[in-house]
Amino acid sequence: MSSSTESTAVRPSLSPSARAWQRFRRNRLGFVSLVLFVVLVVLSLFAEVLSNDKPLVVRYEGTYYFPLVQDYPETVFGGDFDAPTDYLDPFIRERITEGSNFAIYPLNPYGPRTLNYFAKEPNPSGPSRDNWLGTDDRGRDLLAQLIYGFRVSVLFALALTAVGVVLGVVAGAIQGFFGGKTDLAFQRFIEVWGSMPELYLLIIFSAVFAPSITLLLVLLSLFGWMGLSDYVRAEFLRNRQLDYVRAARAMGLSNSQIIWRHILPNSLTPVVTFLPFRMSAAILALTSLDFLGLGVPPGTPSLGELLSQGKNNIDAWWISLSTFAVLVVTLLLLTFMGDALRDALDPRKADR
Amino acid sequence: MNAPAGQNVQPGTPLLEVQNLSVGFGGQPVVQGLNLTLRAGEKLALVGESGSGKTVSALSLLKLVPQAEVTGTALLNGRDLLQLSERELRGVRGDEVACIFQEPMTALNPLYTIGNQIAEVLTFKKGLPPREAHQRVLELLTATGIPEPERRANAFPHQLSGGQRQRAMIAMALASEPKLLIADEPTTALDASLRVQMLDLLDALQVRLGMAVLIITHDLHLVKRFAHRIAVMEKGLLVEQGPVADVFARPQHPYTQKLLNSRPQRPADLDRVAPEGAAPMSAQALKVAYPVPLPGLKGWFRKGRFEAVRGIDFSVPAGRTLGVVGESGSGKSTLALAALGLVPLEGTLQVMGQSWAAVQGQKHALRALRQQVQVVFQDPFSSLSPRFSIEQIVGEGLRIHHPQASEMERRDRVLAALKEVGLLGGLTEEQQLAWLQRYPHEFSGGQRQRIAIARALIVEPRMLVLDEPTSALDVTVQKQVIELLLQLQRQRGLSYLLITHDVDVIWAMAHEVMVMREGRVVEAGTTERVLKQPEHPYTQALVGSAAAL
Repeated sequence: MSSSTESTAVRPSLSPSARAWQRFRRNRLGFVSLVLFVVLVVLSLFAEVLSNDKPLVVRYEGTYYFPLVQDYPETVFGGDFDAPTDYLDPFIRERITEGSNFAIYPLNPYGPRTLNYFAKEPNPSGPSRDNWLGTDDRGRDLLAQLIYGFRVSVLFALALTAVGVVLGVVAGAIQGFFGGKTDLAFQRFIEVWGSMPELYLLIIFSAVFAPSITLLLVLLSLFGWMGLSDYVRAEFLRNRQLDYVRAARAMGLSNSQIIWRHILPNSLTPVVTFLPFRMSAAILALTSLDFLGLGVPPGTPSLGELLSQGKNNIDAWWISLSTFAVLVVTLLLLTFMGDALRDALDPRKADR
Repeated sequence: MNAPAGQNVQPGTPLLEVQNLSVGFGGQPVVQGLNLTLRAGEKLALVGESGSGKTVSALSLLKLVPQAEVTGTALLNGRDLLQLSERELRGVRGDEVACIFQEPMTALNPLYTIGNQIAEVLTFKKGLPPREAHQRVLELLTATGIPEPERRANAFPHQLSGGQRQRAMIAMALASEPKLLIADEPTTALDASLRVQMLDLLDALQVRLGMAVLIITHDLHLVKRFAHRIAVMEKGLLVEQGPVADVFARPQHPYTQKLLNSRPQRPADLDRVAPEGAAPMSAQALKVAYPVPLPGLKGWFRKGRFEAVRGIDFSVPAGRTLGVVGESGSGKSTLALAALGLVPLEGTLQVMGQSWAAVQGQKHALRALRQQVQVVFQDPFSSLSPRFSIEQIVGEGLRIHHPQASEMERRDRVLAALKEVGLLGGLTEEQQLAWLQRYPHEFSGGQRQRIAIARALIVEPRMLVLDEPTSALDVTVQKQVIELLLQLQRQRGLSYLLITHDVDVIWAMAHEVMVMREGRVVEAGTTERVLKQPEHPYTQALVGSAAAL
């Protein structure tokens, strides 16, 4: 008994965010989703090691080569051409694996752009021992494309969410804290800005500029902050007239100190709650733009482009089915996380 | 008026018998083993502090508390309410048993007119055709004493004053001629002079309709005036019940005694503190105005002006308390903000011989002046930032005004300030440090208010603005906080600007008093004189209603 009373006496008090995190962890579905999602993202960051057309290490006639970090011409391995080695070429493969030579290939020996010249069936070919999920209509390995496409989608979504959050919080904070005319002007600006046709602008810009991920990020960021800024504004409007802010003002704190120390930490609940949902919205946006051919430049692995291939090759069920599965899993994980976060941050939920 | 339904019950027979009622939330018991009997035509007061389970027990009789686990029996005319299906209960609610709630603004639907909402009860419960229902609505409104009932029936809730809204709520509750009326803090949201009227009204209607009333309140003076019997609850247990006169004269349970003694007393030595030195704050012809939107196209180009404070003079004597008393809308809270220099003002307001306007824009001078005047707000739940630990909250003033202090010094001063307001008593050093790392949600209302006082005191101000410092607290805690404030005033020679609607608090603390109404001072002078021999009729009404309650 005494040990239990002792532990309650010295038990450290938890800050509201620490308690929210505990509530989040108690939601098994949400927490498992978070762990799975993080594992998937971290794995995809090492995509080059998992899925690549170059071996990780080659030992050829007593010398070690690292094709991942450096290109070697074929002549190094006894080939005829002074061009970068194609390690999937049966001749080269034989040279670097015979005798005491060896080569360690990645688990899936194809990169996102690698064409399988040695496919046994016409492209797109179905799942086989060589291409576990089959190939697309140009003979590229589908698994490799999915891994790299997932990485592009998630990184893009992370960047878009981060930029959107920063812009949204700053804009919302300015409107909510200063109120009055500032708020009025900003609100009208948001109305004008929000009524711009986003999709047409994208089409126009992709015609004017060379399409690139950066351009896409900038364009989507320009319009992606408005929803969030409304929530932050409302929170600031509510919090700025609470007594602890008045007390801080009477204490002599400056505006920036009050915003930074007092109002902002208490206004971030909607921001945090919306993070996973904004991520999934960003992934969907990129996918649909790619599907329309307005997204990432041709040749970049992308889920949307795979979906459009699946549509064009309706017989090649493996393309649409596996892409669909990746999208569903990603979006589901994000949604489960979002649900758990929303519950964890809900002030009405008792924590036990 | 039709014959009241209560008459077909024999007076004296039990109308409601609650036996062994227990209520819990998620396995945590909130009310345990409550036994109550209410006879027809009887007025029973259920009394207790917040969290004692009084509201939960009354509302769970009608299963109006979501997610509550209710056990026990509650026989209404021999029928167990707790065994009824949701469908049968719907027949009971608003018919045999009606409720009125504390806050009439939120208890009425803002989208419908008062008349519509009352007529709804009549058509649903009594099946009256619309024309008759309308006629009956007017009768009911007349009975509750609303002037011009014809016009009020077509008004929306926001078009009525607080008192009129509460009257409309009562009319709605009485529409179905209930046998039992549950009134949950019916007067708490109202100003003092309205409370008396509302109680008189309830009293008159109760006698006329012969219904039983279960009134839930924390206000003992209201109980004394209104109820036949009283039941006192503490922490979910019924500790004492009996006729009002008996319980008030001879309280048996220590908690009841504590409650009855919690009315703030004016200390005998209050006036012995002599004013010393110059007044820390004085104002001449002080005006505070807000811009308000004008209707129509005019509002696009210019704003109207609403004067919350309309030219008042006052001075806060050094080391003493100036009380400002008034009802809601009298401009007293605006006065508090003006005294703190948080709203733009006209006229002069000097703090230590300097005005807020003069130091505006000068960072150091403004900061030095802010150090002199600190504030304690009404609601201890919104006045502490929920994401700061106690050490951060109390130590913040030091960060601003003594940035050179080291971490250790700061912690020592925070501990000293917390001890000064009566916290940390009997804790070991290690426990004290653990205490500092706690967050506001772990403290009770009284503790939070002490923390708020410590936060104000740590920068060693000359003066505190107390904006309703006790209104949000339970009665027993109120008394403790008042005693603490008086003790701090004696020890530190602090001056207080005490703003409140509660004449009792003024009586217990203030040396001088200023009665405000609609932005003007109607009467000012020493507390003894103003409260004992009020000259202005408004002051007389205010003092009269407080003494009556």
